[in-house]
Formats: sequence, C-alpha cells, structure tokens
Amino acid sequence: MLALLQIELFKIFRRPRTYISFAAIAAMVLIVQVALKADGVSYLEFLMGGMKDSIEIPYKLVLNGYLVCFIILNLLLIHVPLLVALVAGDSIAGEANMGTLRLLLTRPVSRTRFMLIKFTACVIYTVMLLIWMALLSLVLSIWLFGTNDMIITRNDVVEQIQRSDILWRYIAAFAYAAVALTTVAALAFLLSIFAENSIGPIVSTISIVIVFTILSEMQIPIYDQTIKPFLFTSHMLAWKGFFYSKSNGEGEAIAGSIENLPAIMKSMSVLLTYIFLFVGSAVVIFNRKDILT
Amino acid sequence: MLKITITIFLSLSAFAIRAQDASALIQKVKAKIESVRDYQAEGVMKTNVPFLKVPQSDVTIYFRYPDKLKIKNDKGISLVPKGAVSISLGNLMNNKQFTAIPSGEDKINGLGVTVIKLLPKDENGEIVLSTLYVDEARLLILKARTTTRDNGTYELEMIYGRFAAYALPDKAIFTFNTKEYKLPKGVTFDYDDGTTKKKDVNPATANKGKLEITYTNYIINKGLKDSVFL
Repeated sequence: MLALLQIELFKIFRRPRTYISFAAIAAMVLIVQVALKADGVSYLEFLMGGMKDSIEIPYKLVLNGYLVCFIILNLLLIHVPLLVALVAGDSIAGEANMGTLRLLLTRPVSRTRFMLIKFTACVIYTVMLLIWMALLSLVLSIWLFGTNDMIITRNDVVEQIQRSDILWRYIAAFAYAAVALTTVAALAFLLSIFAENSIGPIVSTISIVIVFTILSEMQIPIYDQTIKPFLFTSHMLAWKGFFYSKSNGEGEAIAGSIENLPAIMKSMSVLLTYIFLFVGSAVVIFNRKDILT
Repeated sequence: MLKITITIFLSLSAFAIRAQDASALIQKVKAKIESVRDYQAEGVMKTNVPFLKVPQSDVTIYFRYPDKLKIKNDKGISLVPKGAVSISLGNLMNNKQFTAIPSGEDKINGLGVTVIKLLPKDENGEIVLSTLYVDEARLLILKARTTTRDNGTYELEMIYGRFAAYALPDKAIFTFNTKEYKLPKGVTFDYDDGTTKKKDVNPATANKGKLEITYTNYIINKGLKDSVFL
C-alpha cells in the first residue's frame, strides 16, 4: 500500500503542472504582501472606515503579520480550491486520457484500494499545498510585518485578539482548511471517474465551487434557509470561526475562547460527510465501471 | 413699582453673587487640577462599545498639562475612543474663556455635589456646554458632561481614592456616542454559523460606548519626554 502511494505521489510531483499551483500561491501571496506593505493603511481605512468616527485606530500597529495572513486567506478563499481541483480532477481522468488506467488495473490491487490510494495521494498534495500557503502567508508575513494583536472586521463587529492568543487559532484554522480543501479534492476526484480527459472534471469542479460560493455569500432569505445549509461551500468558511471569540456581558472578548465551537464542529461534520459521500460514490461507481481505456 | 424693582435688583444681585461663588469654586478646582503638570499612570482599560469585541488590557497613560494625553498598550493594541482626551480634566478646564453658571445641587453616589455649567464664550468652538458636578469640600469634579457641536455628548465619571489630593481618580468611566458599524458580507466573507444575533434596541444604550480605566499607580510631576505623545 505504501509503495503504491509512493508511486502515486511520484506521479503527481513529477508533472510540471503540479508546481503551477505552488507557484500560483506564491505569486498571489507575494502580490498581496507587496501591496499591503506599500499601502496597507488605505486598505485598512476602507475596512475600518465605519468606526473611524468613533475610535482612534492605530493603523500601523493593526497592519501586522497576523492580520496580513488573515487577509490573504480571505482573498484566496475561492482560488485555492481551484488549484486543488487541478490535481484531483486529473487523478483518474488523466490515467484514462493517457490510456494507462486499464493497464494499472491489471495489477493485483483491488479497485477500492486503488481508488483509496489515488485519493490519499490527492489529500497529501492538498495538505502540502496548504502547508506551503501557511509558510508563505503566515511565516513570511510575520517576518515582513512583525506581530501584534490581531483586529479583524466582521459584518457587524470588530474583534481584537491578543497576540498570545492567535497562533493556536491559526493552527486550528489551517487544520480545518485542510478538511475543507479535501472536500473539493473529493468532488474533483468523483467527477474524475466520469471523464476521459482531465479538463472536464477540473472545469466542472471549478464551476460548482464558484456557483456554490456565490450562493453561500448571497444574503437572500429564500436561499438562507433552504439551500445554504446544504452547500459545502457555506461550511468551508468555518475556519474563520476559530477567530471569533466569546464575549462577557460587558462586550469584553474572552481570551482563549471560541464564539460557537458546536457550529464549527457541525460544519466540519458536514464536510466530512461530503468527503465520505464523494469518495464512497467514486469507489462504488468505479468498481462497477467498464474500463475501456 | 418700587417693590418690583427692588425684587428684581435683589434677585439679580443674588444671582451675581452665586455666579461669583461658582467662578471662585471653579478657580479653586482648577488650581488643584493644575498642580499636576504631568503624570504617567499604569492602569487597566476596559472598552465596551456595541460593535467592538476587545479584551481588557494593561495600559500606560501619559498626561501633560493642559491637553496632551496618550494611552499606550505596550503589549498590544489599544482602540481608544475619539474624544478620550476629555479623560483629563485639565483639558476640560483649559479654556479660560467660559462663563460659570451655578445650576443648583445634586447627589452622586449619595454625596452632595454642586452643579456648575460652563458656557464657552467662543460660539464657534467644538464644546457647546460642560456641566460639572463638584464635590465642594474636597474640590473634586465627580462627574462632567460635555456636549459638543459634532460628536454628541461625552460623560466622564470619576471615583477618587489614594490620589484625591492631586485631583487624580482611581477610576475613570468615559461614556461617548458611537455610530453604527456595518460592512457588506461580500467584503468580509463572514462565516454564518446560523445563529441570529441579538441587537440592542434600547436607544439609551444602542449607540453608546464606555471606556473604563482603573488606575493602579501614578508618577506625578516627574517630567515626560515629548516622544511619548507621538
């Protein structure tokens, strides 16, 4: 099993296109960092403009590595799932396209195990992409902008998290993001078994993510109660929940607290269910499929 | 006719005497406040603003007479309300051009106080009216309410203890007006956890913020560098 996994990983990381994702993330992160370094205060003035009449905002202190990382993660919300789809969507369809799928299945490995190894390789790629993103967006931002308390703007409230209370939240958020991106990988992996070239599953995954994200972000009551709770994209945003603190009766943030941990856990269970459904369906369908290429 | 004239004359005289008393009291209070030319104080700051969720923080407060005040948080960021400079009484009384009007007596926390209104002579200034609640025996301002032209009404309440001799409070509570804060969800990409948030609909508290500083120590009249106010 381990040997097969190594082969799959070798195949993924041998292809130049795999590194497009790493390069794209590096480019996007660096572009945002350079822009914020040059004129981050203007961006903050836009974000915090609503409270500048009441509160003195020390913009230079607010613009620190922790906040820059948060802004980057926010901006890359739609893009990283697309990069994950590049590899996961190619996983089975790529083999079919090259005509190697039938050959692979002649080996004494069950189709279920074959599929699980393929998916595990996609998950490892996704996690590596996320680690790369964490290194650039968090570590590099801290190096460039320093650290301080983090102030994040929400729809109707501004939260301040003390410097000593931030790092564990990022670790939790990245761990959650790994599950969220694995959901996208699972979707692309499922679609990959229906196509004989990788463009179809990649484009389909990207389209689904974009449409669902738009639906998730629209504030229309008819969607809020009916569709939104069932869209995996609505739950992919729950990583942010780790940065929302509880407050006491006097509006004071409680250090080390999470505003609504049960909701985050619920969102995570929804994503895990989707992963199970997508991968399970992919395995069942693949087991029954005639492999002609 | 003579009686009416005498009554009016006596009333005006009484008012003039009371106004002189009020001015004299204000001058005494001012002299006490002015005895502190600068201070550096350690304290704990609590902020309660409807749209802010911030932790309690340890702060250092720097003040130089008459109106320089800086609140610094060496371990992090402090979001300080605009107008917090009113936390220094020196600033409130800095304007020499005001008329002191006696406005009767009141009670604050069971203690009898003299109420004096300060009307600025400059009609175009930011401050429209200040009302001071003065403890005449100790020459301390226990409460000050300031109405401004553009930023609503500020209120400053002070509780004195160890540093009452310098007119410096152990605790200061600053109440101020806030404006509503809202950002489009398309900008913030908030995580919607499905819960509906309770909104304060009480007009008395919905747009009011409160800053509370509990002072733990003062270093008085030892001089301060200009750089601390930058």
